[in-house]
Amino acid sequence: MLLAILSGFILAILLPLLKNILRGGLFILLSALPLSLFVYFLSWLPEVKAGGDLLFSYQWVPSANVNLSFQLDGLAMLFCLLITGIGSLVFIYTSSYLKGHPYLGRFYGYLSMFMASMLGLVLSDNLLLIFIFWELTSISSFFLIGFNNDSEASRKSALLALSITGIGGLFLLVGFVLLNQAGGHYSFTALLNSSPDLASHPMYGWILFFLFIGAFTKSAQFPFHFWLPGAMKAPTPVSTYLHSATMVKAGIYLLARFTPVLGETVWWNGTLTLVGGVTMLYAVIHALFRIDLKGILAYSTISALGLIVFLLGIGTPESLLAATVFILVHALYKATLFLVTGIIDHETGTRDVTRLAGLNKVMLPVGIAAFMAALSNAGIPPTFGFLGKDLIYDATLRSGSLFVLLTGAAVVTNICLLFTGFKAGISPFVGPLPQEFKQVHLPSPLMWIPPLLLASCGIVFGLFPFLIEGSLLVPAVSSLLSTAPDFHLQLWHGFNIILLLSTITIGSGIFLFYYLQSSESKLAWVSRFEPFSPKSVLVGMAKGFALFSAAWTNLWQNGKLRHYVFTIMAFLTVLLAVRFLQGIRLNLNLQSLSDLAFYDVAVLLIMATSILFAVFTKSRLQALASVGVMGFCICLIFLFYSAPDLAMTQFSIDTLTVILFVLVLQKLPGYIKEESKAIMWRDGILAFCFGTLICILALEVLQEPLHREISKYYAENAYTMAKGKNVVNVILVDFRGFDTMVEITVLAIAALGVSGLLRLSTRKPENK
Amino acid sequence: MRSLIFRTAAGYLLPILLLFSVFILLRGHYLPGGGFVGGLIASIAFVLHSIANGIENTKKIFKFHPRILMPMGLCLSLFSGLSPLLVNKPFMTGLWFKEPFPVIGMVGSALFFDIGVYLVVIGVVLTIIFTILESI
Amino acid sequence: MEILLSFITGFLYASGIYLMLRRSLVKMILGLILLGNGANMLIFLLGRMVKGEPPIIPDAAKTLAGIYADPVPQALILTAIVISFGLQAFAIILMERAYKFVQTDDLDQMNSTEEDI
Repeated sequence: MLLAILSGFILAILLPLLKNILRGGLFILLSALPLSLFVYFLSWLPEVKAGGDLLFSYQWVPSANVNLSFQLDGLAMLFCLLITGIGSLVFIYTSSYLKGHPYLGRFYGYLSMFMASMLGLVLSDNLLLIFIFWELTSISSFFLIGFNNDSEASRKSALLALSITGIGGLFLLVGFVLLNQAGGHYSFTALLNSSPDLASHPMYGWILFFLFIGAFTKSAQFPFHFWLPGAMKAPTPVSTYLHSATMVKAGIYLLARFTPVLGETVWWNGTLTLVGGVTMLYAVIHALFRIDLKGILAYSTISALGLIVFLLGIGTPESLLAATVFILVHALYKATLFLVTGIIDHETGTRDVTRLAGLNKVMLPVGIAAFMAALSNAGIPPTFGFLGKDLIYDATLRSGSLFVLLTGAAVVTNICLLFTGFKAGISPFVGPLPQEFKQVHLPSPLMWIPPLLLASCGIVFGLFPFLIEGSLLVPAVSSLLSTAPDFHLQLWHGFNIILLLSTITIGSGIFLFYYLQSSESKLAWVSRFEPFSPKSVLVGMAKGFALFSAAWTNLWQNGKLRHYVFTIMAFLTVLLAVRFLQGIRLNLNLQSLSDLAFYDVAVLLIMATSILFAVFTKSRLQALASVGVMGFCICLIFLFYSAPDLAMTQFSIDTLTVILFVLVLQKLPGYIKEESKAIMWRDGILAFCFGTLICILALEVLQEPLHREISKYYAENAYTMAKGKNVVNVILVDFRGFDTMVEITVLAIAALGVSGLLRLSTRKPENK
Repeated sequence: MRSLIFRTAAGYLLPILLLFSVFILLRGHYLPGGGFVGGLIASIAFVLHSIANGIENTKKIFKFHPRILMPMGLCLSLFSGLSPLLVNKPFMTGLWFKEPFPVIGMVGSALFFDIGVYLVVIGVVLTIIFTILESI
Repeated sequence: MEILLSFITGFLYASGIYLMLRRSLVKMILGLILLGNGANMLIFLLGRMVKGEPPIIPDAAKTLAGIYADPVPQALILTAIVISFGLQAFAIILMERAYKFVQTDDLDQMNSTEEDI
């Protein structure tokens, strides 16, 4: 099982090596991988049908509770077969569609990577594993959408798709983490067993929120739907594979997967029904006015996804059955229509429905495939689509108090979906053949057999539903329900209200198809609402955010050092002040302080004077001298208060600094004229406040009792262990010798820096 | 600045100050002093000399550029820290000779460490000051 | 003494910050030096002041006993002084270089990273 999932990744890694061998038409051999996977999964069918608990677990990161555990149940099986089955056809189709493309090898690499991630996603039992594969599908789809990387539009839509689905993925991760906290497991099967507790958990609302955002972004639900039409910039095989059959269904899969765990609450059902309903109506109305074939298909796909979410939201056994069947129905006919569109685009060079007509005369097999797909889409008997639609109406009619509204929404959606299916599948093929398409010829069979095969599946499953009912659909539905499903698919139910609704749908759909002609002007009319669409809102938000951050950055990071220092210092001052305001108790025990000798006072006075002088003098040399004096005063204080080592060091360092400064000073200009009085006062007040706070801080600390365990240890062991009597020196060279070593290293680096800086200038004139 | 008295004095001061700096270095383990202060005093001696006699003359005293003192000192410190490893003791354990040496007193790995510090400090200060003096 | 010393420490900090906020590069570096000394004084002060009892073990004794100045802050400050020398030397040279290239020591005018060097 692990090999089956990883084989796609392995292939993707091997492709750079293989592509030289596979040059030319041999790329079709790669289709063997999805095909064999398809057969492999088919071979599991009997066991899945028997309801066996197919859990495959491999150790991965046991410490973090992340194991490679995979679970093959009915739902996963349905998706696996879709992924590998349609995958095989797409692999075959691509070998002809992109024949001779210089990056064909790369394309197959991305494609198999995507397939593997998708398989991993639907098979994973561990939530974190689901997340990893979820993000992998986003990333590989980014490469696939942006495959024509020399086109800017293509790159842009790839980035848009990545950012929307990627952000959704992060939301999903949060949802999973919360779910783990609430349920105590990352394993899905374990969560399933504890599901009754979850709905009453306080975090339940948040879990739903994050999970929904993740699923809605991936499955292009309103208001996150807009990346999908953009993603149609991808080569058609990608649109077929990712955007009709598999990736966009990942969100659906997730929702379906979690229905038994989190479902059956008002929030779950209400949100899904509402979002799904809005999406399906919104997108299908958009689809009516498109003239680009892919655009029509993109919006009708969004609408179909909305329909599935809507059905999942209703949440009754009938609706879950309808959703499962419709996933299959939709994948079959939509993939066909996409493949057909690819052929039309490939052969005629246009996807404009207003120009395409009469192609039946030059590519009949393609026309037949498209016709069958359109029929299935329309739900005209005896196609599989008819069954699907029946189930949908059956579900909405039994949905409870709001059934009139829900059924109405479903009918309207289905009418429009029928229209779009006819538009994409029938109108390019009927009528007189325009002059410009006279030379168009049938492409290689590698391209037209896959859609024909898919479309025939749609008819065959409709005529003989028992072929898949027991083996595929029943296990799939049963993994959504806690109880075993009880249903029987058949074409003919007798005369009832469902049949009436179907007739209405088909009738008005066909009427609409004849009445409403697509044209540029109608598209333009719809486009006027573009500024209000979620896409424009999001792009506007992004731009606004960029502007805001630019303004914010310029406000703080204006390149003026003083500004930074001021901000930092002001913030620190406020921080300290707030802390002190909460309580200071200045009751210093005067007895504990050391006495004041007259020479102490004298030194401090000199020090204060020299500081004042350093700050206010107009001469740089005087300022420097005062700083030197101040340094010697400090040296004296060290000497008075038992720190001879410090005094010596301070003395020599002070001397050296002054010498150094004097050497450099002669090359610098005099003080520049100071700025306004106001700024000086502002800085002065800030400095005064900070100084006062430091003073208070010092006094505060002085009244705290002192703990000298460390000093005591050093004092006691300096001689006994390190054979030194100057404790300070022993600390430096022995106890903390390693610190000292790093310190002298730093010093050496500083010296090298200085000599490097100076060298920079001496070499400068030569370079010029 | 380069008065005769100053120059003559600087010539005598240099060896005296150097001697003093070594004295400070060696007594550091028992009394105030040590590698840092010793190194600083030694470098002040050289700086004084170079101000009085010109940088070229000071450089002549050295057979090499003072920059080399930095890696030398660093290596000395490092090896004095590493030496206990040879006798199977942890890094930077203090090792001492049993008997005190005449004049110097007890000699141990800490002393070599301090000499390393001393050399690095001289190297650092002289490198900085010399480069500046050269560039003026 | 401690009270006076804490005043002077606050004063060192205040003047250091004030100088760092000035436009001239030289003043900024003087401010840096004052600030560094202020920090040293603060550490020294907080290690408590002891008069005339350096942390040196007397000849006869093997350990320090009675009242003695705290050796730990002293070791810290010693390190800080030496490091701050490295820092100051680097800052002074950097200032000199910067002035040579930009031909100004006005910090407000040194706000572009796009200078041609």
